[in-house]
Amino acid sequence: MKGGGWGRWAAAGALALLVAFAVFPFAWALVASVTPEAELFEGGGGWPRRLTGDHYRALFTERDFWVPIRNSLVVAGATTAFCVAVGSLAAYALARLRFRGKAAILGFVLAVTMFPQISIVSPLFLLLRELRLINTYPGLVLPYLTFAMPLTVWLLVGYFRQIPPDLEEAARIDGATRWQTFTRVVLPLAVPGLATTAILTFIYCWNEFLFALSFTLGPERHTVPVAIALFRGQYQVPWGEVLAASLVATAPVAAVVLAFQRRIVQGLTSGAVKG
Amino acid sequence: MADPRSDDLRAERRFAWTLVAPALATILLVAVFPLGWTVWESLHRNDLRMPWLGKPFVGLGNYAEILADGRFRGALGHTALFTALTVSLEMVLGLFLALAMNRAFRGRGVVRAAILVPWAIPTVVAALLWRFLFDSEAGIVNAVLVGVGAVDEPPVWFINAATAWVPVVLADVWKTTPFVALLLLAGLQSIPTELYEAAAVDGAGRWWQLRHITLPLLRPALLVALIFRTLDAFRVFDLIYVLTGGGPGTSTEPVALYTFNALFQNLRFGYGAALSVIVFGITFALALLYIRGLGVSLSGEER
Repeated sequence: MKGGGWGRWAAAGALALLVAFAVFPFAWALVASVTPEAELFEGGGGWPRRLTGDHYRALFTERDFWVPIRNSLVVAGATTAFCVAVGSLAAYALARLRFRGKAAILGFVLAVTMFPQISIVSPLFLLLRELRLINTYPGLVLPYLTFAMPLTVWLLVGYFRQIPPDLEEAARIDGATRWQTFTRVVLPLAVPGLATTAILTFIYCWNEFLFALSFTLGPERHTVPVAIALFRGQYQVPWGEVLAASLVATAPVAAVVLAFQRRIVQGLTSGAVKG
Repeated sequence: MADPRSDDLRAERRFAWTLVAPALATILLVAVFPLGWTVWESLHRNDLRMPWLGKPFVGLGNYAEILADGRFRGALGHTALFTALTVSLEMVLGLFLALAMNRAFRGRGVVRAAILVPWAIPTVVAALLWRFLFDSEAGIVNAVLVGVGAVDEPPVWFINAATAWVPVVLADVWKTTPFVALLLLAGLQSIPTELYEAAAVDGAGRWWQLRHITLPLLRPALLVALIFRTLDAFRVFDLIYVLTGGGPGTSTEPVALYTFNALFQNLRFGYGAALSVIVFGITFALALLYIRGLGVSLSGEER
């Protein structure tokens, strides 16, 4: 390894500080989420005198937090499944096949990933209203495709390019059709890439806020971020429950990210670092 | 006589278009078509509170109104301020973090895991965590400030524009610096170590290596991170919606939130559409800069 001596210690110290900075808000929220409501407002700081599970209990009984979790799972799951299925076809063609207009399509896909959501929110609202899809699952999946589809295609192109072309050529010489080559040779090899793409797309959908806020009307269709953002108590923010809900929303994402961190980082950075 | 090679190419082309068509059609339908509609809508007055007025064509009337709209200029200023503050902090911290992660060989996995989690969680959750830290009664920031005697009275961060920006900027830096760091780390790892070894043999110091090897070779990654972050910061919505709601008053309201309010609070769809078009125009200009300026390899030939 490069370097040594004090430089490495300084780097290690700085990293430790940054890790603490990254972790602290979670740790603090965790403590607060098991602190009785009355103690929370006695002025911040301090370890709770008594631990309580009340906030978590209230979350799932009084606030029916299962409902937004189910909504988020359905919407993010459906969007991800559709995007990976349809996007993998396009990504393979864009990564491997020779045809005119390929570069233009890739540039177009990349440009759409940078679309500001706010700039299409008004026509989508009018369109969904016309189709009577406001406050429905399809009414969220459809808008979610605007960012999820280009993201999926862009990520998958990167993965398909990494698969060695020799195997496809061999399959073609053995008489396999193009479609068979794609489904029987390329797709099995692309499974890790497809999985990583699915994870990233799912996370983006799970976290989405603006569309979910604009196209749902009531708690029965709110997704997790909208439900948490709209938590209100009678007089003050019900911090105990808000933080409990925040941690519940974070836990699955954190678990997935920790389990697949190497792959996720690779997926995140692959599209961007060449130049 | 048909050349079998060209037949083959034609078949490949047909196959390729068959595969691309569904995804391309989806994107055109859900993203491009609505965008066109936004432009069309922006040329009309469409007030959903007063449907009896119909949808008269007003030409560039909405845009003219925007030019004279103080609240829009304010929102543009807040967005620029937010973008400048957060992106510069994130680039510096991210570079620092990437350099440190590239050097430390033990515990790199732990660091990566710890910083990835803030990136992966919903922005709404990040905003709430920071709102809690800065809460005037229950927040730890005030407890610490009072505890060390820095202030006599715990400040109420969110009633004053200047102090309201503090948690907003900190929360964004906390959430997105990891992304910058990881992009830059990937860039650092693609720099061949032989370059450093050769420089060390020639007696070059660490500082010289950083300036003459690392930074020039990291330029593409730095540029990508910079533009990604700029575009993202310019679109900021969730974070400010939850942390300050654009307040106090409209003193922290960014353009995306103003547009949202014009649409869903005031129900002025024509005016909101015109605001949307302007946001899109600015973002698109920045995105073009990215695609052109970087010459991202789009042709399929890697690197």
